[in-house]
Amino acid sequence: MRSPDQTLEEILNLAAVHFQVPREKIRPDDDFFKTLGIDSLQTLDLLTKLENHFRVELPDYELQGVSDFRTLANRIRARL
Amino acid sequence: MNQFQGRALSWAVKDGTVELALHREPCNELGSIALEEAGQFADSLAKLASEAHALIIFSSLRAGFSAGADLRELYHLLQTSERDAFLKEVRARVERAHRVINAIDAAPLTTIAAVHGVVFGGGFELALGCDLIIADKTARFCFPELRLGLIPGWGGIPRLKRDLGNAMIRDLLLTGRSLGATKVQQAGLVSQVVAEGEALKVARATAVQLRKFDRHTAAAAKRFIKPIPYEELQREIDIFCELFSRPAVEAGLRQFVDRRDAQPYLPQ
Repeated sequence: MRSPDQTLEEILNLAAVHFQVPREKIRPDDDFFKTLGIDSLQTLDLLTKLENHFRVELPDYELQGVSDFRTLANRIRARL
Repeated sequence: MNQFQGRALSWAVKDGTVELALHREPCNELGSIALEEAGQFADSLAKLASEAHALIIFSSLRAGFSAGADLRELYHLLQTSERDAFLKEVRARVERAHRVINAIDAAPLTTIAAVHGVVFGGGFELALGCDLIIADKTARFCFPELRLGLIPGWGGIPRLKRDLGNAMIRDLLLTGRSLGATKVQQAGLVSQVVAEGEALKVARATAVQLRKFDRHTAAAAKRFIKPIPYEELQREIDIFCELFSRPAVEAGLRQFVDRRDAQPYLPQ
């Protein structure tokens, strides 16, 4: 079982690689729309990457009001 | 015509396969231009089918297969037309879309949707008209119409009923959530899930295999196993147009068009 920190770290790494943003520029409480410079279509792409990586299903409506990586990690952990 | 280069889509026959490419930025929103050109494709399909064994529909845009009907164009039309004329135009568009997808559904060749990224609304319905769906891992399937006060209007529900169990259909329709390729494959709708960027290549390889079969037998098998639910499709058009006349739809369209944040394709 992953720890909360480990889950968060994997999300940050995955986002950095996929959207080609230096890892050191992404922090857990950042707004991922702003930090990654992504729109809703790219957010769906991120959601798919996360579902595939963690092998979970995360309904997109659970992302309502979620914009920082830490909260996103909590949503994913609830389904691990 | 066996080759066409349009503003929203293009087609050509290559090695016994018709390839129909969608390429309208930003994500193949299906508006008046796409429907007009798709109508031309439907008119050409009988001749194309005589030269080919398979049809592959794909998007050449990175963002995805298709985001569905062009909601911005519809909203603009709503704002600039008399109400009755607008509703008449909505019905005409829906009927045009049905004519195209029914033609693809009934085509006497094996049809493959090679999809990636966003496969939403009308784009999903176009894929459902095909015999096989080959999806790369980035594909997300969604019927977001309830967010707009609508149901899918281009044949989505009758074709889902043909292909899937009712519980899965309720999940897709009533939650409006998007599902990843793996989940949709588990439900039985997607034939193959492939690596990112590989759907077209795999669809072409599948088309090569299809060429080995007798075309008359393949067409007979398709007619036998894949009946087209014409009565339900007509009923869907009527329900869709009835719902479109309600104020909730205008409010839903306005909300979509007016959103200036990064999230118009995410649930609100």
